[in-house]
Amino acid sequence: MRYALRRLGFFILTLWIALTLNFLLPRLMPGNPALAMMSKFHGELSPKALNALEILFGVNTKESLLSQYFGYLHQILTGNFGTSLSQYPASVSSVIGSAIWWTFGLVGIATTLAFVLGTGLGIVSAWRRGSKLDSIVPPTFVIVSAIPYFWVAMVLVLIFGLTLHWFPSQGGYYVTTDTPGLNLVFFQDVLNHAFLPAISLLITTIGTWILIMRNTMITTLAEDYVRMARAKGLPNRRIMLDYAARNAILPNLTGFAMSLGFVVSGAILIEYVFNYPGVGYMLLQAVSSEDYPLMQGLFLLITVAVLFAILVADILTAFLDPRTRTAR
Amino acid sequence: MAMPVSGVPTETPASQAAEVGSGRALGRIGRAVRVSRKATIGSVLLLIFVLIALFPGVIAHDSPTQDAYAAQLGVSTAHLLGTNHYGQDLFAQLVYGTRNVLIIAFTVGLATTGIAVLIGVAAAYLGGMWDSSLSVLTDVLLVIPLFPLLIVIAAYAHGGTTPVLILAITLTSWSYTARQLRSQALTLRNRDFLEAARVRGERRLYIIVVEVIPTMTSLIVASFLTNALYAVLFASSLQFIGLGDPNTVSWGTTLYWAQNNAALQTGEPLWAIAPGALIALLGAAFALLNYAFDEIGNPALRPVRKVRAKRV
Repeated sequence: MRYALRRLGFFILTLWIALTLNFLLPRLMPGNPALAMMSKFHGELSPKALNALEILFGVNTKESLLSQYFGYLHQILTGNFGTSLSQYPASVSSVIGSAIWWTFGLVGIATTLAFVLGTGLGIVSAWRRGSKLDSIVPPTFVIVSAIPYFWVAMVLVLIFGLTLHWFPSQGGYYVTTDTPGLNLVFFQDVLNHAFLPAISLLITTIGTWILIMRNTMITTLAEDYVRMARAKGLPNRRIMLDYAARNAILPNLTGFAMSLGFVVSGAILIEYVFNYPGVGYMLLQAVSSEDYPLMQGLFLLITVAVLFAILVADILTAFLDPRTRTAR
Repeated sequence: MAMPVSGVPTETPASQAAEVGSGRALGRIGRAVRVSRKATIGSVLLLIFVLIALFPGVIAHDSPTQDAYAAQLGVSTAHLLGTNHYGQDLFAQLVYGTRNVLIIAFTVGLATTGIAVLIGVAAAYLGGMWDSSLSVLTDVLLVIPLFPLLIVIAAYAHGGTTPVLILAITLTSWSYTARQLRSQALTLRNRDFLEAARVRGERRLYIIVVEVIPTMTSLIVASFLTNALYAVLFASSLQFIGLGDPNTVSWGTTLYWAQNNAALQTGEPLWAIAPGALIALLGAAFALLNYAFDEIGNPALRPVRKVRAKRV
């Protein structure tokens, strides 16, 4: 319990620092960038929206930095992220709400698949150490993990999208012929469109799971209780899964949460290549159209999502491994 | 750390090992490059890239930026990778772009590793309040998603010129290494040779720089490689999405112009695929070297067959 509370404390501290970064960055940059943005959109904004933006970015105000800061915190904590400028007059929250499910589905499914497949491959290649599988798979994925996410996406677009025409390579569904709704046709269409982006994510992230799992498993296999299990004459399968893998999987679980940050980052670029209508693509659009309120809102959302995942994984690890509860 | 490398005689007593730690570690690295096939391939690749970056004019005879030729020429001996939409020679552009990528890789790699060594070792060695505050700082930075943060910084800076990219990536990405080095330094804290230095009355700074840091050489080198790899990926990605300076000659910038002109969709796939392939190749060089160092630092991971053959 104390452990969980401490993790929660860390979660809140990090969240606060992320909020503060969001507050300070536009104010620290030479020639407050928000000023240019506001003048660009000046005529089109209602006075109320303008006021909210002024609080967010500290423009046209004679208040001290400190009271600006509290005004900003109050506004964010009450859920007011301002108004999106590129999609005026929609609020930032509602604009984000329309994109979040796309990313959630894509990244969620691809990450889970990569985790399960990668951990499985790691277990087998550690168990059959020095076999053909073990001498090919881990080194291959060491190299693959160094390949930029977007490049894999581009190659897949080129081969399966543009040359072979097996899968659509742009967007989340056929915007012209299909209307979103709860029907089979739309569902199939979405799956079809998600296939290539999901495979890109899978290819680039699976290597980490294989390597961490393999390396921990090799250490575990040298433990005395594994030797004991062998001496008892237990079936190989049981030793591999119940004795070795079960104890070796913990670092992978923690890694699962830690790497979510990287997956989200990678998804930004993959969504960009595929014009996939998720939060990553939206973030880049917000940047290029100088829609800073939307950009800040998305950055906060991504940060909160990653922090929350880490919090959950921390608590999960504590449940599974009693040692972490007593150790630091 | 000071694990004896199997197959190599280790007569040096432990007390001496610490004193000549850095020399030994460097020697070990040199030996590893020769013995491990992964390290050999990695270092040869890296060397080729460094040579290209130093002398681009020797290989490429065209200007990287001039719109000197007809647009969309195919692959030929005159234009090894053809020309792009603007009539620029792609091969020359990529050859000249190597320098920018390597400058970012090495500067960021060295700077992040340097910051990480300072913070990690200081936290472990000073302990107490120093340790708690530095560790919290490290942990917080570790969990904030870096790439979105970099996007936000670059957006406010109105596009990152190379120095801006280097500064932003360096300041945000040292935390992982710092954490690793801190735990490594913690295991050293109560070793005899450090106690001896304290008894001799050496100053703290001397102990940290001369006694503690040299014993971590291979971990530091491995961290440098990882950081350089991430610097390449982050910087190229930022340039690719248009947050770099579009006039820089760099692989990421080439990618940006390719994406901007829908190179894949308009029948100029090499424009988009070639620079990405180079990033992947450079990344692979760093990753292979790093993998080899992992095997040095952790003998348990070394390929099995070799070890067995020697023992029998």
